[in-house]
Amino acid sequence: MTESALTIRNLRKAYDNGFEALKGIDLDVEQGDFFALLGPNGAGKSTTIGILCSLVRKTGGQVKIFGLDIDSRFSEAKKYIGIVPQEFNFNQFEKIYDILVTQAGYFGIPRRLAEQRAEKYLRLLDLWDKRSTQAMMLSGGMKRRLLIARSLVHEPRLLILDEPTAGVDIELRRSMWHFLREINRQGTTIILTTHYLEEAESLCRNVAIIDRGRIVQNTSIKSLLKTLNREVFIFDTRDAIETLPDLGGLPGHLLDEHSFEVEIQKSDSLNGVFDRLSRQGVEIVSMRNKANRLEELFVSLVRANSDEPAAEENEEVA
Amino acid sequence: MSGTEKWIAFITIIVREVRRFLRIWPQTLLPPAITITLYFVIFGTLIGPRIGPMAGFNYIEFVAPGLIMLSVITNSYGNVVSSFYGAKFGKSVEELLVSPVPNYIILTGFVMGGVARGLGVGVIVTLLSLFFTRLNVEHIVVTCSVVFLTSVLFSLAGFINAVFARSFDDISIIPSFVLTPLTYLGGIFYSIDMLPGLWEGVSRANPILYMINAFRFGVLGVSDIDVGWAFLMIGLFIVGLYAYSMYLLVNSKGLRS
Repeated sequence: MTESALTIRNLRKAYDNGFEALKGIDLDVEQGDFFALLGPNGAGKSTTIGILCSLVRKTGGQVKIFGLDIDSRFSEAKKYIGIVPQEFNFNQFEKIYDILVTQAGYFGIPRRLAEQRAEKYLRLLDLWDKRSTQAMMLSGGMKRRLLIARSLVHEPRLLILDEPTAGVDIELRRSMWHFLREINRQGTTIILTTHYLEEAESLCRNVAIIDRGRIVQNTSIKSLLKTLNREVFIFDTRDAIETLPDLGGLPGHLLDEHSFEVEIQKSDSLNGVFDRLSRQGVEIVSMRNKANRLEELFVSLVRANSDEPAAEENEEVA
Repeated sequence: MSGTEKWIAFITIIVREVRRFLRIWPQTLLPPAITITLYFVIFGTLIGPRIGPMAGFNYIEFVAPGLIMLSVITNSYGNVVSSFYGAKFGKSVEELLVSPVPNYIILTGFVMGGVARGLGVGVIVTLLSLFFTRLNVEHIVVTCSVVFLTSVLFSLAGFINAVFARSFDDISIIPSFVLTPLTYLGGIFYSIDMLPGLWEGVSRANPILYMINAFRFGVLGVSDIDVGWAFLMIGLFIVGLYAYSMYLLVNSKGLRS
C-alpha cells in the first residue's frame, strides 16, 4: 500500500497563553492529491502548516510526511516539503536569482544544479527577465510567483500553499491555477489553504474544513457539494417588473425592476419555474447562481460548529 | 542530510553572508577604515610622539594591535547581530528554519560570516596601519589564532544579541553600552601596569583585555597578561556562548512559536 503524503494523528497545539489552537486533529492526504484545507481566520490552518514546516512546535500528536515521522526523521521529511507562505519572507534586498540558488543550497543541492533549477522555475513562472532584480522591486504578483518558484527549487513531493493567491488579480490567479494544476498533474501532492472557495472548488479534489482547532468536515469536494440540497438563482428579466412573479410557493424576492431571486430545492425542477414564468409573460434573459456553492456549505458548517459551546474564546497568536 | 549536503548548505550560508556585507560595503567596510585611519592620525601621529614610548615601543606601534582587534571585535559582532536580526525581522530566517539544515550548521554558518567580515576588516585596517607604522609579527601562530578565535567569540555574542533583540534599538544597545566601553578599557591605548592597584585588578576582570594583550603579544612580543591564560579564557567563552546559542536556536520563542 502506498504511504500517504501526509498523515496527522491527534495533533495538538497549545500556546503559552493557554490558547488551544489545535485540539487533536487527524488528517490524511494521499499522494498526488490536490487538497484544500479551509477554515475561518484563527481556525488553526496556519498553526497546522507551521507545525508541518517546523516553524511551530506541536504540543502533542504525530505527523508523518511520506511515512517519515517529523520528530525522528526531521531532516529527511523536510526535504519532501515545499512551503509557499502567506507573507513575503525572502530577503527583499537580494536578487531573485540569488534567492533561488541560495534556497537550493540550503537543501544541499550542488551549485550547478541549483543554477539550472533556478533558471527552470524562474522561466516557468515568467520571472526570468527579472532575475537580476532585487526582490523589493517586484510587484505583488511577481513576489507571489517568486515564493512559488522558491518553494519548488528543491523539487518537493509535497507542496503546501498558504493563501497563495491572496491579493492577486484575476488574470494572474488563473495563470497560477493553471501552473499548480500542471505540477499536480506531474505528481506533486498539493495542499492549499485559501479564502477563495471558488479556488478550492476549481482546483482541489478533497477538502478538510477546520474550525476552532477541530476538523469539522473531511471529504471530497464532490461529496461535499452533493450535501447541498438547495440553490439560490438570480433571474434577469427582459422587461421591467414591479412585483415578484408567482413562483408557485418557492421562496424568493425582487432585487430590482429587472431581477429577482428564487430558492430552489434539488428535488424541484427548473422547468416548472420557467413554465410558470412564461405563463405570466415574464421573459428571462439570463440566470446565475447567487453565491458560490462551496461558500454556502462552508458558512453553514462553520456556523453549525460555532453553535456548539467553545472551550475558550481567544486570539490565535501564531 | 548527507555530509556533502551539509557542507553545501554551510558554504551557501557563508556565501550569502559575505555577499550581504560586500553589497553594503559603504556601511560595513568603509567606516572602520576611516575610523581607524583617524585613530592612527590622532593617537599615533599627532598625540603619540608627546606620550613617548610604552612597553618599549613607540606609542603608535603599541596601539596598532589594539586598534586592529577593536575593528575585528566590532565588525564580527556587528555582522552577525545585524544579519541575523535582519533575517528575523524580515522573516527570511524562515528560509533556513524550514530547510533540512541542522541548527549547528545554521549557527556555524552565521558565525563564519561574522568571522569573514571581522577578518576582512582586520586585513584592511592592518594594511592601513602600515602607512603609519611598521608591524613585525613576532608570533604568527599566536597572532592568527587569537584574531580568529576572538572573531568567533564575538560573532557568537552577536548571534545571542540578535536572537533576543525585539527592535533595531536592541541590536545597538550592547555594542554601544557594553562592547565599546569594555574594548576601550581593555588596554588598547595603555598598559594596565600604568593603572593604580585597584583599577588594575578591575581591568583584569575584563575579558577583552586578554584578547587584546594576546594579540599584542603575537605582534609585538609583549603582553600585560599570560598568553596561555588568555587562550584558556577565549576557549571557555567560545564553548559557553556556542552552547547557549544552540540552546536559543532550538528553544527560542522568537524563532519558533
